[in-house]
Amino acid sequence: MLRLIGRRLVLSVPLLLVVSLSTFLLVALIPGDAARTIVGSSGTQEQYELLRDALGLDESLPTRYWEWLEHAVQGDLGRSVFGQESVVSMLNSRLSVTLSLVIGSTVVATLLGVLLGIAGALRPGSLGRALDAVALLGLAIPNFFLGLLLVAWFAVAIPLFPATGYVEPTQSIPEWLRGLVLPVVAIAVPGVAVIAKQTRDAMTDALARPFVRTLRACGVRRRSIVLKHALRSAAIPLVTVVGLVFVGSLSGAVVIESVFAMPGLGSLAVESTSERDLPLIQGVAVYFTVLVVIVNLVVDLLYGWIDPRVRGS
Amino acid sequence: MRSLWRALGGRPVAVGAIAFLLALAIACVAAPLVAPFDPRAQDLSKVLTGPTLDHLLGTDTLGRDVLSRLLYGGRRSLLSMVEALGVVLALGVPLGLAAGYAGGWTDRLVSRLAEIVLSIPAIVLVLVVLAVVPHNEDAAMATFGLLGAPAVLRVVRGATLAVREELYVVAARVSGLSHPRIVIRHVLPMVTGPIIVQASVFCAYALLFETGIAYLGLTADPSTPTWGGMVAEASTVLQQQAWLLAPSGALIALTILACGLLGDAVGDAAGAYRRGSARDRTRAGRRSENSPAAHDDGNEASAALLQVRDLSVARSGEDADTRVVDRVSFDIQPGESVGLVGESGCGKTVTALALLRLLPTGLRVTDGRVVWDGANLMALPDDAFDELRGSAFALVSQEPQSSLDPTFSIGSQLVEVIRRHERISRAAARRRAIELLGLVELPRPDQVARSHAFELSGGMAQRVAIALALAGRPRLLIADEPTTALDVTIQSEILGLLRRLRGKTGMAVLMITHNWGVVADFCDRTVVMYAGQIVEQAETQAMFDLPLHPYTSGLLASHPSLSEPGRDLVAMPGRVPAPGTWPTGCRFAPRCRFAREACVGGPVALGTPEPDRLSRCVRVEELVAEVSA
Repeated sequence: MLRLIGRRLVLSVPLLLVVSLSTFLLVALIPGDAARTIVGSSGTQEQYELLRDALGLDESLPTRYWEWLEHAVQGDLGRSVFGQESVVSMLNSRLSVTLSLVIGSTVVATLLGVLLGIAGALRPGSLGRALDAVALLGLAIPNFFLGLLLVAWFAVAIPLFPATGYVEPTQSIPEWLRGLVLPVVAIAVPGVAVIAKQTRDAMTDALARPFVRTLRACGVRRRSIVLKHALRSAAIPLVTVVGLVFVGSLSGAVVIESVFAMPGLGSLAVESTSERDLPLIQGVAVYFTVLVVIVNLVVDLLYGWIDPRVRGS
Repeated sequence: MRSLWRALGGRPVAVGAIAFLLALAIACVAAPLVAPFDPRAQDLSKVLTGPTLDHLLGTDTLGRDVLSRLLYGGRRSLLSMVEALGVVLALGVPLGLAAGYAGGWTDRLVSRLAEIVLSIPAIVLVLVVLAVVPHNEDAAMATFGLLGAPAVLRVVRGATLAVREELYVVAARVSGLSHPRIVIRHVLPMVTGPIIVQASVFCAYALLFETGIAYLGLTADPSTPTWGGMVAEASTVLQQQAWLLAPSGALIALTILACGLLGDAVGDAAGAYRRGSARDRTRAGRRSENSPAAHDDGNEASAALLQVRDLSVARSGEDADTRVVDRVSFDIQPGESVGLVGESGCGKTVTALALLRLLPTGLRVTDGRVVWDGANLMALPDDAFDELRGSAFALVSQEPQSSLDPTFSIGSQLVEVIRRHERISRAAARRRAIELLGLVELPRPDQVARSHAFELSGGMAQRVAIALALAGRPRLLIADEPTTALDVTIQSEILGLLRRLRGKTGMAVLMITHNWGVVADFCDRTVVMYAGQIVEQAETQAMFDLPLHPYTSGLLASHPSLSEPGRDLVAMPGRVPAPGTWPTGCRFAPRCRFAREACVGGPVALGTPEPDRLSRCVRVEELVAEVSA
């Protein structure tokens, strides 16, 4: 178990390096004077100077990257090109929005997906086929389109939920939840489809294992077989999928935060992209990658909790 | 490959998806010819009209024709899909082939790299690209392809690994064909199916992604029509004209759906193509059903614990059911130990599972009666039957380790089963669990209770499985080859344990085995099955003294420890015919050295050549006379 976590941590270092280095190399790809290109003809000389300094264009690429790394490990990701605010503080102030969305949608997708998947495994006939159809549809509808449909139906036509915005949970928990419903659903739908399909397959597999027959023959009820024994075996491949769904919901959040005008990391990433605020977008990339690393670690810990064989080795 | 396309042709969904995608591609490419309006032509007198005769899909906020803009916008989206797909295939296929074919450090390096790239959240890296080269959709999609390549790489690698060890590939290697030629000629064609599936699925994701960044306004300027941009524009007038959302959104969803359906259909077709050959084989082998021999020995002692009468089990097939167990009848008295003997594929295990109502899907009881303690079990509804499992009868199966739940500790499995049968506290159940583990003679039962299946040896696991079966204090233990998977020394230990447990508990045992040593050691009476039927039944000692069916004597003669010293071991020629291929006459006749014409004429009934003995052989009297002569 410890070895597994160790391996994961070792693997996460190159991941962080690859992401940060590739953002650096990309900046180096800008032909000519990157700062001039970004500021453009409309920018002031002062802005240009600041940006040159921020991007460290007077230094060589390796030096620049090394300096950035040195600062990064100390929790300093530089300053925004426009506004000069610290990237880390900008990102931290918006972290709760994205985390609410991403964790919320992963939880919703897991609960709904597992329930649907179990139902599909128990009734493989018509219900299974219906599940396939719904899953396919869930994967085919783009999340921004689904988000807009949800707004049209449940915010405009029937005003149950707010169409835009975000309320901090510290202000009002009910309002926080109300504001999350539509965006979370919009992000969660493809995840529900993926998890339902995987659960169905894994459960069908688990229910055909010999131990199911043994326990049944000893008198264990079908309900306990399904919800306790088979589900735990099925959970082993499922945890990986839930991890992937979480990573996918990060992408979902980028788009959906813009749809619902929520001040999260995703909408900040989009804004900084159109403004070409490179330190800021680099910071978002680092934050997202760290989130992925954390989720991978959680997935590994879950493995150990579910599967005694992993714990033992 | 050609047969894969043919298999696809038979699938309306696949044909529909391909037709839709082709039509869309043609319409978009030919947009300058077929589009009714210039996609940028504004008409402020006709803003947000909704569908009209002039504008079939309505107009947008500036009075531009929605249909024309969709067709022109599709050019960009489809081009993006092709770009990203090109990058994915150019990277994923060769690297996947190389990793799978070469193995070793190439494989490790490529796989590790793929793992890293796969966990990069694609969207942020693409956003960085778009920050560096604004509105450059080609660069964005190439990056997306780069980040998507590992998914294709993994599938290609897996498929290649599977093909690499195929005989013809090994043969090609041995014959000195160069590696690139082997890969292109022999490996690539075999992995084409999975590649097409992955490519379709990736196209779906690429379009989702492309429309997403277009929606965010990161790729094209607002006047250029894009599908995502049209959705974004519609969102600004959601309250005035909700219709505008429909054409672009629905078209995106439909296109993604078509890609997904195509992928599914190719996957199914490839799977069906591979399965097809196997199915043809079984279908060719299926012949007319033979009528089973009528046999009734109705009124026997009703003191029997278990009475099985004319039990038949069939496998549901596509066009007809195939009988697997054919009118099996036998009794088990309280405390009696009955052996059920025969080669693999004779229907012994299926018979046992039918008694427990635990037949795997596809198999079902078609006929017969099972009477337990005087009550007809066939009439019992499922939940009532549930109450009998474990307490009336229980099962010990062949593979000890896989018959325990790997994820729960031994103790918690025992506690669950115990508390299913007795209303006692968790602590009391825990004590009883340890007592049971002691009963099956496991040293340090408390330590075993804390361990998991993977930590036990085969013999220990089988003892645990026996403890689980005993937890409900059953009156009949069905033991399905309980020693087959174990080492010889362990076999006799387990058998000894079962004998002692029988003595302690007085339970009856149905011992399914193909080992005559086990039968001689353990069983009061023996039932021999062949090709789904009972062919002989007798007291064990009597059967050993004088088998009354050629199959029984054949089995006995081929058993090393029982054949007479100095005599050659006689292996029986041939093999058990598969269900559905059973001969009309005596089913053993094709392998029987005593077979005469009389044997193949018609079904053979179970006869009673001697009191308390049954034999399904038409020549049994002659043969007995021959042997004793």
